[in-house]
Amino acid sequence: MDSFIIILTGSLVAICCGILGCFLILRKMAMVSDAISHAVLPGIVIAFMLGGDLDSIWMLVGAGLVGLLTTFLIEFFHQKGRLQTDASIGVTFTWLFAIGVILVSYYAGDAHIDAECVLYGEIAYVPFDLVYFSGGELYFPRATLISGALFVVSLLFVVFAYKGLKITSFNSDYAKSLGISTLAWHLVFMSMVSITTVLSFEIVGAILIVALLVVPPATAFYSLNA
Amino acid sequence: MKELVLDFFSFSDPNVRYVVFGSILLSVSSAIVGCFTFLKKKALVGDVISHAVLPGICLSFMISGTKDPFLLIIGAFITGWLSIVVMDYIIQNSKIKEDTATGLSLSVFFGLGILLLTYIQHSGNAAQSGLDSFLFGKAAALVGKDLVAFGIIAIAILVVVFFFYKEFKLLAFDSAFAKSTGIPVKRIELILSSITVMAVVTGIQAVGVVLMAAMLITPAAAARFWTDRLPYMLLFAAIIGAFSGLTGAFISYAAPAMPTGPWIVMVVSLIAVFSFFFAPKKGIVIRLVKQRKIQRRLLEENILKSLYKIGEINDDFELARNQAEITEMRRFTPNQLVSGLKRLRLQGFINKKNNLWSLTQEGYQKGQRVVRLHRLWELYLTKYLRIAPDHVHEDAENIEHVITPELEKKLEALLEYPEYDPHQTEIPYRQ
Repeated sequence: MDSFIIILTGSLVAICCGILGCFLILRKMAMVSDAISHAVLPGIVIAFMLGGDLDSIWMLVGAGLVGLLTTFLIEFFHQKGRLQTDASIGVTFTWLFAIGVILVSYYAGDAHIDAECVLYGEIAYVPFDLVYFSGGELYFPRATLISGALFVVSLLFVVFAYKGLKITSFNSDYAKSLGISTLAWHLVFMSMVSITTVLSFEIVGAILIVALLVVPPATAFYSLNA
Repeated sequence: MKELVLDFFSFSDPNVRYVVFGSILLSVSSAIVGCFTFLKKKALVGDVISHAVLPGICLSFMISGTKDPFLLIIGAFITGWLSIVVMDYIIQNSKIKEDTATGLSLSVFFGLGILLLTYIQHSGNAAQSGLDSFLFGKAAALVGKDLVAFGIIAIAILVVVFFFYKEFKLLAFDSAFAKSTGIPVKRIELILSSITVMAVVTGIQAVGVVLMAAMLITPAAAARFWTDRLPYMLLFAAIIGAFSGLTGAFISYAAPAMPTGPWIVMVVSLIAVFSFFFAPKKGIVIRLVKQRKIQRRLLEENILKSLYKIGEINDDFELARNQAEITEMRRFTPNQLVSGLKRLRLQGFINKKNNLWSLTQEGYQKGQRVVRLHRLWELYLTKYLRIAPDHVHEDAENIEHVITPELEKKLEALLEYPEYDPHQTEIPYRQ
């Protein structure tokens, strides 16, 4: 049963990431996801300081906001500062990550949080972290519930936003000429990516989430084009 | 505080010496290498390599069973180098885009590394503790032996850059041209990636996997905002790197709980962000100021032009006009118009009386000149480029603000001082 739960949780996260990742690589933003996955660290730490524990909703909000901030900074340095995209990504996420590590070491004494747990995750612990319902009769592993919810949300997101995502991913100039707000789509999509990253960090770790976001879509892309 | 600073900068404590010189050597050598990867628009290569050294470190530990830094570095070098080769191979031989290939190579190598690291950590081998210092770095724990290794590698990198400077430069700016001049591009690229891997492999022990990317990218990005010349860019990047290395070391000395590596990155990032905003010529602020200046000038010239054109109707340039009349000639927002008029008055181009505005002699000349340029350009476009008269107005609207007096004279001479523009309106000349 334990291994089933682990496999189920991992698969749910992987499917979500795979679906979102397709649009990510079509938008040529694979490395932005790498940046977000590193940069959520300060968000998680700050939210942890405010909320007090790793489950709080603050964690989600904090990390989600930092994810958006990362996207914004990358675009800002690129467009207003005319810094090339790759450098803009590199400068932004390392800076935010450094802030995160500094915060972690500052609060290391009185908080149960360390950078490694955020970055690498541990899927093997999933079956032991349970949530109880109806007076303890019914219980589920927390991470499985989270990844299930994430799965449903991202599936619904892609189904309902398919047209907009497709047109803005393949040809943003054309989309703009049709009067579609590419910026809004960009932000919505990137928030979805940051939320996915944050929710999955405990399961697969913030860095390896990039593998789930990039590798399956790239494989599919390659096999369909070969 | 003063005591702390004195203590630190006397370098009497050998630990301080190691950390300071280690950090500086590392920062400088990676900053210099980073300039070239930055200019090749492959800044994220550093990120890929730094993630990809992990499997190499783990493998060489598993094979040798010891933490001999020399063996670990060899392992790290091999996989770091391999990740670049794989990445370039994917980019060149498939339709997969560069960013995807970068993410692919980075995450797969790092995933493999984590897999091996977890295996080692669960194997119960007591010697393994401390392997994960590669992940987060341990700049504050640098010892003499590390310093010697850093020194050798830094000097090796500098020597390579010195001898291959011309080739690297060509490669960074125009690799197609480099190829055409007969430079063995492939081999030079190999050398460049080798020293990049070398810089990363050493640096990673001090600042860790993630932050190593910053040591390569950020000083170069900051330096790029201050200069257009490569030698200066290398120099600035090196200085920025050295300064951040020193400052980071000092901060972690002053507050022992603070990690050195992240503070080095923090300092270098702040310098970079400062440069993005405030660098002369390229900074965001100075560019915004320039943009505003141009916008103001356009507005002012358009107002003078409108006043002149209103005067043309009844051939009365002296009469004062109200704002509604000006807006009727050309659409300005009230705010724009008021501020533009105010500035023009301060510059002596217009007079104000009872809320009515009239051109001064200077304003008349200037407004007339803009109108003249507009009409001359329209004529030029129809006469020489054979563009239909109803298509030339938009272009003339833009160019009228740009043409210099020298160009104006040439244009007049070329068109032989014409009297009328394509719309049969008179072209005004200075009496």
